Amino acid sequence: MNSLILQVATRYLSALLLIFSVYMLLRGHNEPGGGFIGGLIGATGFVIYAIACGTAEARAALRVMPQNIAATGLGIALLAGLFAGVMGDAFFTGQWLFIGASGEDKGLPLSSVLVFDIGVYLVVFGSVLTLVFAMEEEV
Amino acid sequence: MTTAGEKRGNGIIGVLPIALAAALFVFFFSQISAVSRFGPQMVSVPWVPALDVQLAFTLDGLSLVFALLISGIGTLVMLYSNSYLAGHPQYARFALYLTLFMLAMLGLVVSDNLLALFVFWELTTLTSYLLIGFGHESASSRRSALQAMLVTGAGALALLAGLILLGSVAGTYSISGIIAQGDVVREHALYVPILVLILAGAFTKSAQVPFHFWLPNAMAAPTPVSAFLHSATMVKAGVYLMARLHPALSGTEVWLWTLTILGAVTAVFASVLALRQTDLKLALAYTTLMALGTLTLFLGSDTEYAITAFCTFLIVHSLYKAALFLVVGCVDHGTGTRDAALLGGLARAMPVTAIAAGVAALSMAGFPPFLGFIGKELKYAGALAVASEPVLVAGAVLVANALMLAVAGVVSFKPFWRPAGGALPDTPHEAPWPMLAGPVILAALGAVFGIQPDLIQATLINPGVDSILRARGEAKELHLWAGVNLPLILSVATFILGLTLYALHGRLRAVLTRWDEAAPHFDTGWDRLLDGLKAVASWQTRLLQSGVLRRYLLTIFGALFVTLAWTLYARSPGIPALSFPDLELKHWAIIALIIAGTIEVALTGSRVAAIAALGVVGIGVALIFVIYGAPDVAITQLLVETLVVVLIAVVMLRLPHLDENRRRDWRPRDAVLGAGVGVVVTMIVLQVLAQPLDTRLTDYFEVTAWPEAFGRNIVNVILVDFRALDTFGEIAVVLIAALAAYALLRTTKEEVEK
Repeated sequence: MNSLILQVATRYLSALLLIFSVYMLLRGHNEPGGGFIGGLIGATGFVIYAIACGTAEARAALRVMPQNIAATGLGIALLAGLFAGVMGDAFFTGQWLFIGASGEDKGLPLSSVLVFDIGVYLVVFGSVLTLVFAMEEEV
Repeated sequence: MTTAGEKRGNGIIGVLPIALAAALFVFFFSQISAVSRFGPQMVSVPWVPALDVQLAFTLDGLSLVFALLISGIGTLVMLYSNSYLAGHPQYARFALYLTLFMLAMLGLVVSDNLLALFVFWELTTLTSYLLIGFGHESASSRRSALQAMLVTGAGALALLAGLILLGSVAGTYSISGIIAQGDVVREHALYVPILVLILAGAFTKSAQVPFHFWLPNAMAAPTPVSAFLHSATMVKAGVYLMARLHPALSGTEVWLWTLTILGAVTAVFASVLALRQTDLKLALAYTTLMALGTLTLFLGSDTEYAITAFCTFLIVHSLYKAALFLVVGCVDHGTGTRDAALLGGLARAMPVTAIAAGVAALSMAGFPPFLGFIGKELKYAGALAVASEPVLVAGAVLVANALMLAVAGVVSFKPFWRPAGGALPDTPHEAPWPMLAGPVILAALGAVFGIQPDLIQATLINPGVDSILRARGEAKELHLWAGVNLPLILSVATFILGLTLYALHGRLRAVLTRWDEAAPHFDTGWDRLLDGLKAVASWQTRLLQSGVLRRYLLTIFGALFVTLAWTLYARSPGIPALSFPDLELKHWAIIALIIAGTIEVALTGSRVAAIAALGVVGIGVALIFVIYGAPDVAITQLLVETLVVVLIAVVMLRLPHLDENRRRDWRPRDAVLGAGVGVVVTMIVLQVLAQPLDTRLTDYFEVTAWPEAFGRNIVNVILVDFRALDTFGEIAVVLIAALAAYALLRTTKEEVEK
């Protein structure tokens, strides 16, 4: 699509969408959001970019093949689930680490659940882009 | 195979499997005294505790005999293969398959759980498929491999059903538990179906008539594989299963007659066909069928003589048959042919092979003082002890034995000691020692055990017979000389008949060949069956997979409508009272939006308008989610709607314009179907809402999300924690769908470019 306005605007919009998608991913456990939504928003950022500047440029900006991102995400989710097994719990039981917790204040919570959600994010992000790029190139 | 390759050898890949097999053999050998003195040895590890499946292993007399045969012959075969396929570019693959097969087979015979046994059973099917198809460049190898797998695999399906029935009737999947309550099984109404299903599995695996045809074809495998799988071990899995379940299933008329008749028919039929073959390997393959038939025949009975004969012949046959197959491999290796009509005079060039072949063949033919003689005497004693039809059974055994003797002569005497029938492709030369070790050791064992039957009496035969008959000390004594009795007279008759047949085998073969060619073949029948199956498959594919998207949608929604409407009608709960709660203006606005969108989708003539209108409907639904407090779902819905519109917009560039005329023809029908589905779904939603909502799960999630999973967003906590396994499955599906779509798009693109 040869629209200069769209192309210029997309550069900012895509960046914003990507940052927003990470924000949605990280807040997901307590507020609306999460890996699935984050992945969709992130993918939207690149979809817009592909529409405005062409799929080839979008692929170049992404640097990695989207299907590899999706597969890596699935692997990360699996490892996050198996980690519980290593810790002696049933698979996919959340494992938590509270850094600097004192009394009611839980400090900085880190968890295998977050890692799992990052895996979900990457799968959704990669899968959508795999599909969209392939379709746009087909056309 | 190149000369350089032969010199190079297989390195560590060749040695590892030999070491593993030998170690297993030593282990099982060390268990002999424990088993023969203290009875079965058991180990149990929980596997799937929820389904009460355990990795339970039992080593009793029967398992031990099989385990020793498998690991012992396995060791020799691995040693042999390492030379036979020296420098083969895919030897690592071969060694892996063969080792996996051996482990699966060992798992099968020591398993004490029906389901575990079945898993191992199927593993042997799979590894056998890979081994038969090892020479995958040849179409006939591939066909044979597939045939073996389909026949035994189909039998295995029946077996699985039989095992599940058996497990539910007995109330346990533990084999030792089942055979302890044989009466319960035999008197149950489901006994006959269980028997039929299990025997279908055993008969296909052990190649009983009419499922025998895959076994000779399986000779497409490399010779060591044929020696190991298709004579000494895998084909005996079916026999093992019948012996294993003998205490639970035997003793009825059905069992007796099925096994006796099919076993006898297989034995005679196969030994006649064996004489017809000129390929040494095929001749041996048919004698294997004969042996399997005989073993089945003896399992039909439950007299001590028959079962002792079973155990003895099992050992006899494994020893001489593995030895002879390996000998055939040596001959093939040394001369370049396996044609009995060509081969001759090899004794001078291949003396060790010739002697090993001779000793093994004498045991096969049942001459004293070899173990085969004792086996044959016991076979007659066992046959005469089959109470129902001693004359028929003994007659069948006599004919089969005489034919075996003739075949033994054709395979092992003629190629070595008679003049050659024609020019050989290679100058005969002796095989290297690793290839001779197997035949020599196995043949020697046949002789040693024959002269000293005490060596196996207390260690193998007695525990084996005890575990089939579930009693102690029932086994009959093995004797070389048991005095002048009926079995001895029958033995003499066998020798006379057999030698006569051997002398006449050239002429007999001509006659048999003519008959065999005239008779209908199972193998061609098999081809027709497969062709028929393929024809049906392509017919129904053409019928159901029209490739027209509109028709698919019509089928899907038509089926949905019919099933839902029928369920509603059949359950007939009546139309629930419609009540409109006090809706606010915003609610009415959303409803109006959705309805307007729907109408526009149905009426518009433009694709872009239709897609945009569909987007409006989706946004309306998302708004409903927002109002009723499901922001996550609403966001997802909005994002998906957006992406779908983008995707369709991309695709639409390629689609032709809507054909107004054709579309108008379809519309009334689509409208009726759409309205129908809508009404039915609405009715069902109303019915569901009429029931009080079960909120136990919701309450649980609400209460536990924060204290236990440290999350305030319940939806997300469910996704990543409470139901993480489900989510994992879903994202795997997402990835697979994306990859599949990618592959499809890429393929069509390449095709277009071509």
